Amino acid sequence: MSTHAVSDTAALTGRSLRHVLRSPDTIVTSVVTPIALMLMFTYVFGGAIETGSRGSYIDYVLPGILLITVASGVAYTSYRLFLDVSSGIVERFRSMPIARPSVLWAHVLTSLVANLAGVAIVVAVALLLGFRTGASAGAWLAVLGMLALFTLTLTWIAVIAGVGATSPDGASGIGYVLIFLPFISSAFVPTDTMPGPVAWFAEHQPVTAVVDTIRALFAGQPVGSDIVVALAWLVGVLVVAYLAAVATYRRRIG
Amino acid sequence: MSTAALRAGAGSSTAVRVRGVEKSFGDVRVLRGVDLDVAAGSVVALLGSNGAGKTTLVRILATLLRPDAGTASVHGLDVVAEAAQVRHAISLTGQFAAVDDVLTGRENLSLIARLRHLPDPGAVADDLLARFGLTDAGGRRAGTYSGGMRRRLDIAMSLVGDPAVIFLDEPTTGLDPQARLDVWATITRLAAGGTAVLLTTQHLDEAEHLADRIAILHEGVIVQDGTLAELRRLLPPATVEYVEKQPSLQDVFLALVGPTTGTPTPDAPAREDPS
Repeated sequence: MSTHAVSDTAALTGRSLRHVLRSPDTIVTSVVTPIALMLMFTYVFGGAIETGSRGSYIDYVLPGILLITVASGVAYTSYRLFLDVSSGIVERFRSMPIARPSVLWAHVLTSLVANLAGVAIVVAVALLLGFRTGASAGAWLAVLGMLALFTLTLTWIAVIAGVGATSPDGASGIGYVLIFLPFISSAFVPTDTMPGPVAWFAEHQPVTAVVDTIRALFAGQPVGSDIVVALAWLVGVLVVAYLAAVATYRRRIG
Repeated sequence: MSTAALRAGAGSSTAVRVRGVEKSFGDVRVLRGVDLDVAAGSVVALLGSNGAGKTTLVRILATLLRPDAGTASVHGLDVVAEAAQVRHAISLTGQFAAVDDVLTGRENLSLIARLRHLPDPGAVADDLLARFGLTDAGGRRAGTYSGGMRRRLDIAMSLVGDPAVIFLDEPTTGLDPQARLDVWATITRLAAGGTAVLLTTQHLDEAEHLADRIAILHEGVIVQDGTLAELRRLLPPATVEYVEKQPSLQDVFLALVGPTTGTPTPDAPAREDPS
């Protein structure tokens, strides 16, 4: 059975990529919010925010904006999975001789492709708005890897929501929750400007480590221990979310 | 009969065999010991009211649910222990047409063909589109199809790879009378070609028209199982009465609409406008 795992996943990924290509509005809407936030923070709030770094505010804010792009994009994975489960198409697949994990993996891989496309659009807009980086090819690759891992982690959380939800609103609501995390982190303002308990939360939640790592990579500075903390968080949450997603799927679909 | 003997004779004998199957959801005992056989090349209708457990039994046979007790085998293969092999032999059409609305009819079919690992998915798709009168619609998204076309596509998807056993869960629910007759014709052809068909329905006329055998599921057990003639014999012999035969509404509807769809009744003659 596992001999077909790759071809089955490829066939199903092709299917859900078609869904994305035939509703390109889903990519557009998932980048509209981050681009609007980027404009607002760069041109409205940015001037008043003392970041303590030498670069322009857009250089400071872009890493957080990219994470918000992913957070708003994974909501569509929840939504598509919910539709597949409720329309009975998952049931059809599960009564067929196909590798069982391929149904979920197809959605996860599609999410990866669609979100990295969204990230590319946002980076392009940021470059137009004056974002500059002296990052080496290696640093860019590290940023890409970081964002890919972040996307995988958030996607598996979104899978839990998509499979477990009882309504389409419930399924895509996960996006609103995930979008909030970057606001209580070092993404927009330095954490030391926040009141004690909030600063403590911001300092110890995964988004801050991820943002600081990507920011350092873009600035061509050493990433220090941030990258270890970021990777530990992402891999840890990824494993837990994956196990919870598979368990939810088994419980829901039988 | 041993499993080996069953397997050896699978071509001509029992395609589906259910013995003492029980299934509960929480405190609700949905199936309380179901026995049922479906012979290859025959249509068995599973009758029952809403909530009788028809869908639960079909889901167990389609390897989507595990029975709490009892055994069920398809083609001599146990649905729990040999689920992966069972899936090669079966196909399921659920209560709601499970087609992908975003894909075209042709893409839906070739996706299933790819997932069944057939050599030429495109050709399989074209063949089935032709058999189900969907060739012209094949390039359109399934989301634009009428209810009858969706159901035809759904059943066509179930036939990809010629599975030996097909489960149809309420295949004509929500269809207009003409589309219903089309589905009936398809099912009859399937059984004639040697496929075993287990269909669930709430429509008694559907069972009467299609089924070689009829099983009535009530309160978790099969209360009767036999041919239509056998079931009729359960009641006192018919007394001959002469009654005026009124055409049924279905007769009237089909006479008016005609056997072919798509011929609109002419509108009232257009008013002459001298100006």
